[in-house]
Formats: sequence, structure tokens, C-alpha cells
Amino acid sequence: MRLEYFLLIDRIADLNLADRTIRVDATVPEKSTIFEGHFPGYPLMPGVLLIETMAQTSGWLIIALTRFTRMPFFAAVKEAKLRSFVTPGQKLSVAASMVHEGSGFAMTKAQIRQGGKLVAGAELTFRVVEFPNPDFRASMEKLAAEIAFPTEALTNA
Amino acid sequence: MASTFDTVANIISETCDIERDKITPESHAIDDLGIDSLDFLDIAFAIDKAFGIKLPLEQWTQEVNDGKASTEQYFVLKNLCARIDDLIAAKGATA
Repeated sequence: MRLEYFLLIDRIADLNLADRTIRVDATVPEKSTIFEGHFPGYPLMPGVLLIETMAQTSGWLIIALTRFTRMPFFAAVKEAKLRSFVTPGQKLSVAASMVHEGSGFAMTKAQIRQGGKLVAGAELTFRVVEFPNPDFRASMEKLAAEIAFPTEALTNA
Repeated sequence: MASTFDTVANIISETCDIERDKITPESHAIDDLGIDSLDFLDIAFAIDKAFGIKLPLEQWTQEVNDGKASTEQYFVLKNLCARIDDLIAAKGATA
């Protein structure tokens, strides 16, 4: 994770277009100014950032399923459950699956596991629109390469 | 078997916590029932699932924005239900 850039996933570990699922790896940094405030002397990954981690994971799934032609924007979260504390240095596995691909929107379910234990989950809604401009799409493609987004899987699908 | 309107009205009532008897075929989802675009996504999801269709929300929104259609054509419930019936029929025709 690069918290200061709000980039919360490190690498796409698995992407299955047929099953409409994704799994990513994300490691909580050992140090961040965020932990100095949350909380002083008892650093914890903020729950809202765990929700954002699930949103980013879901977002990459949507980008993949739309063959990188559309951009998802996080619109709503339901049933968010933050079951256990997540602390600096912990390695997380985040999974998301498509619940429904509507017209201009999508709904996913996501879970975060740490050491095999479920630590968080949520149901998420996204507005899915065309990329606002080609430069933005190009930036997202660059970001995709950094997290091992399997671009070749889209052309072969 | 419930009518299309009954199913849609129940979905709206449960999703948006609106009293069922306030929802009539003449109700405008946005202007009368106060449903905003984000709430409507939840309704669209439930409608898509209930009827096995995909409401073409993007196309409808574009037509309204382009002045080619009024919101009444799609969001007055009796009209919405007619559109749903058309989509169900179209799905049946291609099956």
C-alpha cells in the first residue's frame, strides 16, 4: 500500500473474468503519519481505508470486466463489517466478486482476510461511466501495469 | 401472480422505506416519491434481478439529457412498468 497516494492495493494476484472475481494482495505499511493519529500509541489501519481497499479491489474487477473501456466510481457501501483490528505490517488478501452488472452501475461483494481470517467485508455500489478523457485512461493503464493487472487477459478473453 | 406494478411498488417500498399505499401507477419516482439517482440504482438492481432484465438506465438518462424524452416517460411508474414488460417480452422473443 502507498497510503500517501491513496493506493491501497499492491498487486493483482488472481483475476477470473469467467467467474467475475478478483483477488489482490495488500500489505499495510509499517509506518505512516496516518498511524500517528489513528491512534497515538496504538496504530490501527482505519476502517474506512479497509472499505476503500475493498472498493479499489472491486474497481479493478469492473475495469477488467468492461475491458478497460469504463471507469468505476465508488457510490455506496452497505453491510460494511470491520471484524478485527488490522495493524501495521500485516499482509492482507482482498477478494471481490461481481454481484450485478447493471446499465451504468455495478454491485460487488468484497472480503479482506489476514492470515486466512476474515477481518472485513462489505457490499459496494459503483457508477460505471466512460473514461472522462483519454489522459485519465492512460494514467489508469499505467497504474494497472504497476499492480500486475493482466492486460493480456483482456485481449485473449 | 403479482403484476409488474405490484412487484415494482413493493421493491420501491422496501428499498426506499416508502409507505406502500403512497406508491401508485401515476407516481413519478423522482418528483413524487423523492427517489434520487443513487437510490434508483438499488431499485434498478432489484428490478433487474426480479424480472431477469437489464433496465437501460444509461440510454434513458441520455435521452432525457438530450431532450429526446421526458422523465415522465421512464419514471412515472405505469410507464416504467410498461418498459419493464417490453423488456421481458423482448427477452422472451430472443430466448
